Order: sequence, then C-alpha cells, then structure tokens
Amino acid sequence: MKIRFHFIPLIALAALFASCGKDNYTEPKSTLSGQIVYNGEPIGVEYNQVRLQLWQPGFGKLAAIDANVDQDGSYSAILFNGNYKMVVPKGRGPFRTLEKDATAKDTLFVKLEGNQTVDVEVLPYYMIRTPQFNGGESKVSVALKLEKIIKDLNAKDVERVTLYVNKTEFVSRSTNIATAEIPGGEIKDLNAISLIATVPALVPTQNYVFARVGVKIKDVEDMVFSSVQKVQL
Amino acid sequence: MKKIIYIPVFLMLLLSWGCNDDEFLNRPPTNILTEEQVWGDEGQVLSLLGNLYNRYYDIGSVKDWGSLSGFNEAFWSNAGSYGDFQNSGWANSSWSTWDYGYIREINLFIQKCTAAEKLAPAVRDRFLAEAKFLRASYYFELVKRMGGVPLILEPMTYDFSGDPTYLQHPRAKESEVYDFIIKEAEEIKANLPANAGEKSRATQGAALAMQVRAALYAGSIAKYGVNTPQVALPGGEAGIPATLATGYYTKALSAAKEIISGSAGAYALYTKKPDLSENFSSIFYDKANNPEVIFAEDFKLQSGKVHGFTISNQPRYGAEEEEGGRINPSLNLVEAFEKLDNTFAPIPATTAAGAPIYYNEQTDIFAGRDARLAGTVMLPGTTFKGRTVDIWAGYQLANGTIVSGDDRGAQKTLPGKTVPEQVVGFDGPIDGFEFTAQSGFYLRKYLDPVVGSGQRGVQSEVWFVRYRYAEVLLNAAEAAFELGQTANAATYMNQVRARAGLVNPLSVSQITFDRIVHERRVELAFEGHYLYDMKRWRIAHLIMDGNAISADDLSKDLGKATKRNTQPWALWSYKIYQPGSANNGKWIYKPVKLSRVTGADRFQLGNYYSAIGDDIINNNPKIIRNPNH
Repeated sequence: MKIRFHFIPLIALAALFASCGKDNYTEPKSTLSGQIVYNGEPIGVEYNQVRLQLWQPGFGKLAAIDANVDQDGSYSAILFNGNYKMVVPKGRGPFRTLEKDATAKDTLFVKLEGNQTVDVEVLPYYMIRTPQFNGGESKVSVALKLEKIIKDLNAKDVERVTLYVNKTEFVSRSTNIATAEIPGGEIKDLNAISLIATVPALVPTQNYVFARVGVKIKDVEDMVFSSVQKVQL
Repeated sequence: MKKIIYIPVFLMLLLSWGCNDDEFLNRPPTNILTEEQVWGDEGQVLSLLGNLYNRYYDIGSVKDWGSLSGFNEAFWSNAGSYGDFQNSGWANSSWSTWDYGYIREINLFIQKCTAAEKLAPAVRDRFLAEAKFLRASYYFELVKRMGGVPLILEPMTYDFSGDPTYLQHPRAKESEVYDFIIKEAEEIKANLPANAGEKSRATQGAALAMQVRAALYAGSIAKYGVNTPQVALPGGEAGIPATLATGYYTKALSAAKEIISGSAGAYALYTKKPDLSENFSSIFYDKANNPEVIFAEDFKLQSGKVHGFTISNQPRYGAEEEEGGRINPSLNLVEAFEKLDNTFAPIPATTAAGAPIYYNEQTDIFAGRDARLAGTVMLPGTTFKGRTVDIWAGYQLANGTIVSGDDRGAQKTLPGKTVPEQVVGFDGPIDGFEFTAQSGFYLRKYLDPVVGSGQRGVQSEVWFVRYRYAEVLLNAAEAAFELGQTANAATYMNQVRARAGLVNPLSVSQITFDRIVHERRVELAFEGHYLYDMKRWRIAHLIMDGNAISADDLSKDLGKATKRNTQPWALWSYKIYQPGSANNGKWIYKPVKLSRVTGADRFQLGNYYSAIGDDIINNNPKIIRNPNH
C-alpha cells in the first residue's frame, strides 16, 4: 500500500498541468501554401535545402519566418493574417527570381486573409523534360531531356546529371542507396541523356524503389530535380 | 505569550535610534575596487587583464570535447551526439560570434591603461600591447567566422538622446579587418617580450604567429575566392580581391621568417623523446621547457582552472570515471596518414583481390606509417596509462560467422568449447554503445597521462595550444609555395615531416597544393584548424558535398585536397578462431559504416560566412547580410 502515496503528488502534478490551457494569443490559423513554378510547372528540389523567407513588417524588429520547400517544389506556412513580403534568399534555388520592377525587385507581396495559395514564378536554368524511368533486374534506368531555359548572359553550364535511387520516397544527395552520374562535359545531346544505376540488395527486401534525376548546374548550389517516381524492380 | 515579541522590537528600535552618525553609513566598500585603486597597482591591472585573457575565443578547445573533433574527422561515441551524424549539414548561424561586449571592455582597458600615470611606462606598454593582442585575436576570430565586421577601436558611450544612429557602424571590408590584425601585430610586437618561455601571455612570438596566420588566411581567401564567386559581397564585406593575394602571402612569409630566425625567442620543433609517436603527443602535455608551443591557454591543478577533456575521452576500459571514449577518430582521418615512403595507401585490410589479410599483432596493420598517426589516434593494441586498450569487435569463425557480444567484454561460448569467454573488447567497438571505441579508435591528442586526470575531482591541467612552431613552419611553407618559392616551401615542410619520421624529404616538384592541404590536416588534426582551412581554400563545399561515402570511395584519392569527407567510417578488428589453422589467433580488419551514421554532411555556400543574427541587424540596419543568407 505504501506505493499508493506516490500517486498523490503525481495526480496533483497532472491536475496542475491540466489547468495550463490558457494562452494570451490564439494560435495562427491561416495557411499560406503554393509551389515554385516555371510557366505553371512545379520545379523539383531537394527537401530541406531551399527555403523561402517571409517577412512581416510593421511590428518593430524584423526576423524572417522560414518556409522550407519540399521535394515537389511546394511550401506551406501557418501564419497570422496580415501583410507579408515573400523572398527567396539570395543565391538559393536552382533558378533566378523574376524582377517585376525596380522598386519591388523580386519580392512578392502577400496579403493574407485566411488560407491562400501563392505560386512563386521563377526562371530555372534548366528544366528536366519527359524523364522515363524503367526498372528491372536490380537496375534502374532513366532517359530524359534537358531544356535550357536561360540562354542569355546569365546562362550556366550543366556540371553533372545524376540519377538517385532510394528505398523511400525521400530521394536526395544525402539519402540514397544507389546513384549514377554523367559529368556535364560528356553530355553531347541535351535531348538524349540516359543513366543506369545498379541497386544493391535491399534489406528487408522490397521489389520497388523510388528514383529521381537531379541536375547540378555550375556555380549554382541547389540542384533541380525531376519528380520522384516509384519504379518496380 | 505573545508579548514576548515586543522585547526584541523595542531593543531594535532603541539601537537604531542610537545610530545618528552619518559616517556610520559612509564606509568604503570591501568588495569593490575603485578606479584609482585598480589603475595604480600593477597586480590589479594584471588580474583585470587575466579576465580578458580568459575570455579569448577559440573555435574549439579542450574545455569542450566535441568542439575540436567535428567534420567527420571523428565519430562521437556519445548517445546525445548521434544526431550530428544523421543530419545533412549545418545551420547558417553555425559558428557565429558577435561579442562586442568583450571588445568594448578591451577598448575600455586600453583607454584607461593609456591614462594610468602611476604604472611604470615599460609595464604599461606591455599591458597595452597584450590588450591589443587580445583585441586583434578576437577580430581575427570574428573575420574568420563572419567576414568583415565593424572595426570598433574606441569604447562608445550612448548619450541617451533617443537617437542611437551615431553608434551604428557599417561592416568593414574583410580585407580591412585582416589589414588591421596584421598592422596591430606589427605595432605591438616591440612592446612584448621576446621570451620563448612565456606561453600563456602574449609574446613577440605570439604576435608574429598571429600575424603569419592572419596574412596567410587573407592571402588564400584572395587567391581561392575566385573559385566561389557566389561567396562574396559586392562591397567587399565578404571576399578579398585576388590582386591582394601576393601582398598577403609576402607578409605571411616575412613574419614567419622572423619567428624561424629566432629573433622572437628560441622556438623549435619539440624533439625530446626518442619514440616519435610519443614525442608528438607529448607536445600537448609536456609543459616543461617545451620549445614548440608559442601561445597556449594554460590550466593548473588545484587552482580551479582545470578541464575535463581526459575524463570525456579516456579509454573506457579502466577509466577513472564511468565515462570516456567520446571522440573516436574516423577511418577517413586514419587513412590520411601516409606511409613512411611518402605514398598514400589505404589501411590494408584486404588484398587487391579482396581476401582478408591476417596480422599476428593487432598493431601490425598500422606499421610503417607516419608517426603522427599513433601520436594523434589511440590505435587498437596500444597503451594509455600503462594499460592496453581492449578494442576488438569479436571472433570470426572458419565459416565467416562472427561471434560477438552487445556489452563491453561480453562472454560467449565458442564452438567446441565448454566455458564462456570474452568475445568483444572492454573498449568495444559495439555499434551504438556509447563510450566504446565505435570507430575502432580513441583519441590520444591532449589526453593527459597523469594519474587522476580522468577523475572528476581532479581533472587535467594539459594546456590548449593555440599557436605552435610546426604550424608556423607549415604556414611559411604554404606562403612560400603560393609565391612560387617551392624550394623554400619544401625545406619548411620537410622539417615538420622529418619530426614525424618521414625522413625522405619531399622533392621540390612534389610540393603541390594537395600536399599542403594534406600536411595541415594530419599535423594539425583536432586543433581547430580544419574548418578554417577548408573555408579559406574554398574547398569545404567540395569536401562535404552531401554525398554519402561508399566503401569504394573511402580509399580512393587519398591525399587529394578535395577528397570527400561527409561521413565517418570505422575500422573494426576481429580475432580469428579456427583451431588447427595457421590463422588461428590472428587479426583481421574490416571497414564498417556505423548504423548511427545515416546522414551525409553538405557544407552549403551559406556556411562559408556565418549568419549575422536578425537582432543585430535590427539594432544596426547598416549591417548587411552575409552571402546566401
């Protein structure tokens, strides 16, 4: 019976915490979401690498709210209603931002009232077109085309094209089980690029993998990716 | 009964009534010193300076075990630290520092010390030079991490007018901060003693060593910054124009020559002990007439200023506390140590055909390598404090199965035997078992061989070396190499290598950028140089490119400056159990990727210069952000 006494402080503690339900503010409820797009087509990136910054002026000291961009180019943030400025931090993303005019530059002004979708239109260096994934005999192959979007002074070369394969839907430079790459210099025709990766034995066994292709552009930190595709082995 | 309380009350009233003397309340405080008292007395000023010395900033120090061993040069065998091997890099704010409070106090010290008439002029000049040394040291730390910062050289005072704009200063150019450090070192050295015996206070040698390092860093940022044009700001707050490179390298070389010539004191490489590995590790704990150490943070037993580095990293088996073994140097680093014939080779675990190589002794696999390997890393089969570290992962049977345990020194019955026996080392390695040598290695650098150093009640007085002569030689070699004086570079570098047992000198044509990068990595491992070196050569994003390391990658391109280093690998040893076979009782080794290592580090371009906090920018809108933030 002695043990019973330990419950008394515990119950008292639980009762104390149960009463801590009140806060001064209601939590933010409006969701701002959208995608990074080029002509309406989403641009794939690596998860947790590219981010958008949301600034809300008018409250004195400023600090950005970061919104990470997901693999499929989507982002979302739960915010209070109000006026926000949305920017891509300088030098981030496998694309150039579009300047609307000299004063606003590339800043997007968002007036948030309730849930809202805002797509961020950008100009990518390259777009991956028609990636065709095929699997079989513990190999994954892909054939794709690369479209060079920026052709003026700001054009950049392809450093390498890499096929990434992983067991789960999260496929990136750091999380993969197999890769195959071709350096930019060896690509003769941007319209006919193909890669084959050999998948090692999977533990526990599974008869499918996820694959995507990434393009590293010279002097650009973030890579542009195709969408993730499930491939049967 | 209640009335009894009135008696003391009346007594107290009576007492306070009697205190009508103004002087009674007007006493000199016994716990505060006045300005006149402080600035009139040498000892008081020195203790004030001691406070400033204690606040010196290091990117890594023996006071914090993890700080010296990042970037996959080691695995951390500490349950709370596995996350560092499961993420993919560093936040933009990593390594940021912005302690203008420290700068203000140094500036106040300089201002008041300059006005202190009661001090003897020679003493006062030395104090001033020391304070300026500390200020330049912190500006050096700031510029390495943040790029150009506001150069505040006078204590500023707010006038409470409501308008603080006159206190807001923009960032100086990165080159201006380096220029300041170099100029300051040049100016103060005349007032500092040329005494190689003084290690914990600023000396001529320390000022010059700082000057060499600063000029070299500036030179390499100027030269290699062109490889990462995105890591620069148009105003020069980050990045240095390439045209300045030669000037900086020239300054670095001439300052290094001043130290090497002996004019700042008799500094030399430490060569007291015949065993070259022991000699190398002794540099860091032998505090008696150590000619190599130029400037160090000193510690003293029973003084309150001690540190627990040995407690955190002592071999777990026979440890003086129930902990230790945290820093496990990675196979990546171990393989970087060359063979004595100046060639690079992986640690030979298998033949070219893939068959395991059998070794009679556990240490044989590391034979014929750079002596600094055993001086930096505690290899399996070597000793610490007279006890052999017990690192082995299990038995391998004839059919290739492994018999091992999941506890330190676990026992199992081997096939054909009846009595259980130990099947895994008391120091591990056991995957995911903290404090065991999970990478197969422990750290030896900085570990204090004195009995009691691993006890929490005693701790260690091993010093933390900030500047040492071997680094000056390597700095000189690099500066000479970049200036095209490759023959001189070879001379400087070969001195350091000969001390490590690499007695065949490198020829002039063998001195390359890769060689210089490699030499610093192995000589200065775990001394807080690795990050800054990778940054200033602009190769950090190539070394840590976010790609996982495969077994094949691991041993390729050893000695190449940009060799991938994104994940720590391990090397586990097994005893062969095959009674009747010639291999029975011999050792084999296997490279292992630990299960706790799941992420691969990627050094982002935004990591080259740490983010300046939003609070700082809010308080001073003249501060501009670093690139890629």
